[in-house]
Amino acid sequence: MVKRTVSGAHYGIVGWLVQRVSAAFMAAFILLFLVVLIARSPSSYADWKMLMSQEWMRIGMQLFYFGLFLHAWIGMRDILMDYVHPTGIRLVLQVAVILSLSVYAIWSVRILWGN
Amino acid sequence: MRFSIYRFDPDADANPYMKDYDVELEAGDKMLLDALILIKAQDDSLSLRKSCREGVCGSDAMNINGRNGLACITPLSALKEPIELLPLPGLPVIRDLVVDMEPFFRQYRSIRPYLINNDPPPETERLQSPEERAELDGLYECILCACCTTACPSFWWNPDKFVGPAGLLQAWRFISDSRDQATSERLDDLEDPYRLFRCHSIMNCVDVCPKELNPTEAIGKIKAMMVRRKI
Repeated sequence: MVKRTVSGAHYGIVGWLVQRVSAAFMAAFILLFLVVLIARSPSSYADWKMLMSQEWMRIGMQLFYFGLFLHAWIGMRDILMDYVHPTGIRLVLQVAVILSLSVYAIWSVRILWGN
Repeated sequence: MRFSIYRFDPDADANPYMKDYDVELEAGDKMLLDALILIKAQDDSLSLRKSCREGVCGSDAMNINGRNGLACITPLSALKEPIELLPLPGLPVIRDLVVDMEPFFRQYRSIRPYLINNDPPPETERLQSPEERAELDGLYECILCACCTTACPSFWWNPDKFVGPAGLLQAWRFISDSRDQATSERLDDLEDPYRLFRCHSIMNCVDVCPKELNPTEAIGKIKAMMVRRKI
């Protein structure tokens, strides 16, 4: 078989945009979270529980985590595309990243919305 | 002045090595290329490319004390001794300071570096307003010396797939040309995780460009146009 360099996958701009939007959201949320921490200065388990039981805090935190995982996926994909050239190994590693980030995502939902 | 120059002759040497040279400069010798011509007179086995000796042809691009640049417009007074000269990184070495530019030009050709216009040619020329012409400033000046592309880590890792800063600067030069009609096709061709999106805005290209052009800005404009097209 002819060994061709294939490119032209026709995607990339959405990932690039998601990376930027998620970064902006995470930066904004971290600042907001720091302000809340300084204002409330939770010291005990009960304080933390109170803080995290508020709906807006949970939603914000959940969006932060989803943003983080999407951001991490695009970043890891970029690193693998840069450095791991054999397609098979890259595929295996990409699937491993997707699986672990999915587990983290489910875990974050359970932590934030579980009892 | 003391020089340490990369030497490699694939017919004779098993491995590349660095060779030291000492040259006595004369009053008129201001640029690195002047010194290289003296070294070449001393040792005619040294291979290098040169032509216009004034920063227009882009032949004498090389790695000078760890930084890509053109020997002919690099003042000797600005260089620390021993001056270390290597061929451009990331391209196959043919001999000494001469590299095989084919991977670089293959990417350049891939962006179709010419006007695509399907209208019948006018009697005289395709006119542009002064504003439309001004869009090409900072783009058309590229001399294709490959200093930027071979300074780019993304090109080092994926030279077969990533277009590289010089090629992408030229891609934007034709996208932004009011006379070109192939904008959509050009964007389609570039919208690829390897061809365009291997650029991580490292900006080595901007740092080394001997013509002080800004490929990162051009790449940013291509991405901005893709976003406008998408959303």
